[in-house]
Amino acid sequence: MLLIHCPYCGVDRPELEFRCGGEAHIARPLHPSATTDEEWEAFLYLRTNVKGIYAERWRHIHGCGRFFNAVRDTVSDKFLTVYKAGEPKPDLDALARDAQKGETGK
Amino acid sequence: MSQPFRTEKGGRIDRAAEISFTFDGEGMTGHGGDTLASALLANGVHLVGRSFKYHRPRGILTAGSEEPNALVGIYRNGDQTPNLRATQVELYGGLEAISQNRFPALGLDVGAVNDLMSPFFPAGFYYKTFKWPKAFWDRVYEPVIRAAAGLGKPPKNPDHDRYGNLYAHCDVLVIGSGPAGLAAALAAAETGARVILCDEQAELGGSLLSEGSATIDGKLAPDWAGETIAALGAKDNVTLLARTTAFGYFAQNFVALAERLTDHISEPDPNVPRERLWQVRAREVVIAAGALERPMVFPENDRPGIMLADAGRTYLNRYGVKVGHKVLVATACDTAWQAAFDLADHGVEIAAIADMRPNPPDALQAIAQARGLRVETGCVVTGTNGRKRVKSALLGRIVEGGVTSAGDVACDALLMSGGWTPTVSLYSQSRGKVVWDEAVGAFVPGVSVQNERSAGACRGVYGLAATLEDGYAAGEAAAKAATGKTAALARASSNGADAGTGGVLGTLPHDRNASKVKAFVDYQNDVTAKDVKLAVREGMHSIEHIKRYTTTGMATDQGRLSNLNALQIAADALEKPLIDVGLTTFRQPYTPTTFGIFANVSRGDFFDPVRKTPSHGFVEEKGGAFEDVGQWKRAWYFAESGEDMHAAVARECEVVRKSVGLFDASTLGKIEVVGPDAAEFLERMYTNPWKKLAPGRCRYGLMLNDAGFIIDDGVIGRLADDRFHVTTTTGGAAHVFATMEDYLQTEWPDLDVWITSTTEQYAVAALQGPKAREVIAPYIDGIDLSAEAFPHMSVATGTFNGVPCRLFRISFTGELGFEVNVHRRHGKMVWDTLSTEIEKHDGVVYGTETMHVLRADKGYIIVGQETDGTVTPDDAGLTWAIGKKKPDFVGKRGLARPDLVAGGRKQLVGLLTKDPKIVLEEGAQVTKLAKPPAGTPAEGHVTSAYFSPAAGRSIAMALVKDGRSLKGETLNIPMPAGAIAVEVVDPVFYDKDGARLNG
Ligand SMILES: [Zn+2]
Repeated sequence: MLLIHCPYCGVDRPELEFRCGGEAHIARPLHPSATTDEEWEAFLYLRTNVKGIYAERWRHIHGCGRFFNAVRDTVSDKFLTVYKAGEPKPDLDALARDAQKGETGK
Repeated sequence: MSQPFRTEKGGRIDRAAEISFTFDGEGMTGHGGDTLASALLANGVHLVGRSFKYHRPRGILTAGSEEPNALVGIYRNGDQTPNLRATQVELYGGLEAISQNRFPALGLDVGAVNDLMSPFFPAGFYYKTFKWPKAFWDRVYEPVIRAAAGLGKPPKNPDHDRYGNLYAHCDVLVIGSGPAGLAAALAAAETGARVILCDEQAELGGSLLSEGSATIDGKLAPDWAGETIAALGAKDNVTLLARTTAFGYFAQNFVALAERLTDHISEPDPNVPRERLWQVRAREVVIAAGALERPMVFPENDRPGIMLADAGRTYLNRYGVKVGHKVLVATACDTAWQAAFDLADHGVEIAAIADMRPNPPDALQAIAQARGLRVETGCVVTGTNGRKRVKSALLGRIVEGGVTSAGDVACDALLMSGGWTPTVSLYSQSRGKVVWDEAVGAFVPGVSVQNERSAGACRGVYGLAATLEDGYAAGEAAAKAATGKTAALARASSNGADAGTGGVLGTLPHDRNASKVKAFVDYQNDVTAKDVKLAVREGMHSIEHIKRYTTTGMATDQGRLSNLNALQIAADALEKPLIDVGLTTFRQPYTPTTFGIFANVSRGDFFDPVRKTPSHGFVEEKGGAFEDVGQWKRAWYFAESGEDMHAAVARECEVVRKSVGLFDASTLGKIEVVGPDAAEFLERMYTNPWKKLAPGRCRYGLMLNDAGFIIDDGVIGRLADDRFHVTTTTGGAAHVFATMEDYLQTEWPDLDVWITSTTEQYAVAALQGPKAREVIAPYIDGIDLSAEAFPHMSVATGTFNGVPCRLFRISFTGELGFEVNVHRRHGKMVWDTLSTEIEKHDGVVYGTETMHVLRADKGYIIVGQETDGTVTPDDAGLTWAIGKKKPDFVGKRGLARPDLVAGGRKQLVGLLTKDPKIVLEEGAQVTKLAKPPAGTPAEGHVTSAYFSPAAGRSIAMALVKDGRSLKGETLNIPMPAGAIAVEVVDPVFYDKDGARLNG
């Protein structure tokens, strides 16, 4: 079971208290009627689904109830960082490099 | 002497306490401290089971949890636990054990014919043989194979044992209590770190308990272990767990331990759980899992009496048992020589030490010579004889280009050693990648992926002195990494149990007819060297394919004993280096683990919570039937004496339409939406317009997802400008609430709105029928109930019988209706009051079945029944519920997608059977032709079907392609007994103009 850090509660809590909410930073278009069919399809269905460093939404559903974002390595299941909803997407490449450094430094 | 193979003295058994037990009904004795395996061996019993596929007689191969052969059933309290390893089962008074996989008896097994027929059971025989005809698989092949192959029988009764569960945190978790584990625990504990030390065996000490002459700090190794464990146990910061297997290593140093508490006790305390699951989160983990000796792959290496050399030494030194009176030791490495020396020192005749190496170390040969032992070098075992126990072995001399016979040698036990394999299972589970270590001749842990380190033999560090030092270092490093603290701990010095040299992988050379003999690689799954070679010949070139084709390494030990030999055989056949063939991954659990420990307390009443409504007791008293709706128990129908369900539902329906009915609607989801932007929020979440809805009024709300499909519906009442009472479907409550939170938090954080789930806070009693007003009026204060002041789709706050209530005038039946919402604690009072009051008006209580019929009369949909996640408002005939002037709502853009506006969509229609008595089956397919040709796609399906007393006939709703344009046409419902003809109609079957609603 993963331990996940809730940036609102400021504590590590077991995975059971959370629910994953899919890929992060996919904003609902402000004016949906102005979108093309292709744009709306992409918003609804297209996800990067990477093998590796992935920014995704989590909700501390059985805790504070807040949605937040996390960067997780889908290969190792390791969380590289968490941040509050609305904060900018971190530099995933830099996070990956830092993680690599930590790995080899061990 | 009842135990003819017991030594005179020595071992860690309690010689004063003699214990009786039975094996296959035969009475025997052993001692406290024995395992079932050691007690059987003390009684001279080697034959303990039949093999999985060929039913070959099998004996005890090991002394630990990796045992592949000696699987037994243990009877207790009238039931039987199958497939326990006799090497782990601790002896207690009255223990009843049975052998498995034999019929009718262990000594005489008719299934052994499989062995003679073995040419028909080659590798992959499942895949090759029983392919055709298809029906034969279910009826013939599978039952026969299942009966012939396999192990113990599952228990017949529910598990009556209790299982405990415990969460624990520690700085350093040490897994394994041999020399490396003990040293690691000592070093870590010295720093003050919180340490958990666990070991799967009954007694802590690991391999130290099997040592005969090695010393640590001048004490015999087992004595030093005992003192060290006592000292560790006295520390407040150390938890010692014997009989505790670390069976799973998960992410972030989460390790699952299974502690066995009562299986070893004759009459356990009923208040103690059988097993306890420890869910440990460790800052650092030290794996000190040791190494396993490898079997040698020579022909007929599976006879009872053939055992690993170190197991033989363990039985002697730890359990005081001689595995035979005349023992042949076959080896490729040094350590097995010590087994021969220890046995000889206890007066056991050593038939010979046959070492396949041409030049074993001189020192060992000198010791053997001093004891007068026969030594054969460059010599392998090429076969064995003996049916239920080995009687003799064939020896072969390795010469240039092959093997020549070196005669046979009589023996009643054969100890073998092909060298050692570090146990990397837990490291592998931690997702670390093993690397090949040429010096060790095995795979060892590579880079740590988690906060973990291996110590001692499990990483290829052998010999007592080196293992102890490796343990100390690992314990210190782990404690420092976990807590930052260090401490100086004096090292113990040891003498003896030195690291040996040697080892062999793969098959041994022999001079036998290779097509006629079996040399086993994986004992438990009956996989031979030939099978592995055959798999390669048949095109399996990846070790993962070879594993699955032959099943090698797929037994309960996950190949801990067999993997390296199998790999070498595959590598030889593929003519590739072993490391290029690769190792399969070890997975949880490390050893077989009970279902009970996983289910734990989540069984029976605790399996899934039951949610009860305020009328629950009333329904029980009245003998009403319950329906499960998610976790809710809802009243289904109330049959009176002599009524079946259909009669009861028909009566309930008629009474509701004639006078009045009472229904418990408490399960409906309820959400309080509050704030200055509450109306704006609902405007965006629901298809309908909300801003102009006046306080005191209600509206039907339809919720879509952004793809444009219906996901929920419910009536929403406006209590004030900034306050709405939202209802959802029973099943959708949690999801709707989560979806609202999602949009509110992540898409529209600027909206000033609070939402609160109130499903559990309100109890809801629904009164439906022309007399509903008369029934409720005497109890309501503060609300004018007249049709003018409180018309259909109204909401108001007042009191019911003096307690605050929210009263809705709404209807899910098409009749005049009220829904009384009160605080949950008043729910029973409201229900009891109204259920008594309706009797004065010839009313009924009714359940979900009648509710379904009454709403179907009116063509009201149920989300999840008429919809399935692909139905749009237009499909469901609900276009009227869409606020067309709204710039946006969830699903609006989705509805404009090409596929959703294209023709040919399935639309909700009513169906009337030509024969009014026939009630269609929900889910039945709808077709144009009565007998459509095979492969014709259906036009749609029946979503709801009932007998409607109001319509005086059967009614149905269906989703049918272009259904609304087919009104008046005849379609068919093909059923096994023939097609049922139906007419397509409007899906409203009763009171089409809604006059009764507004009464
Ligand atoms: Zn939180």
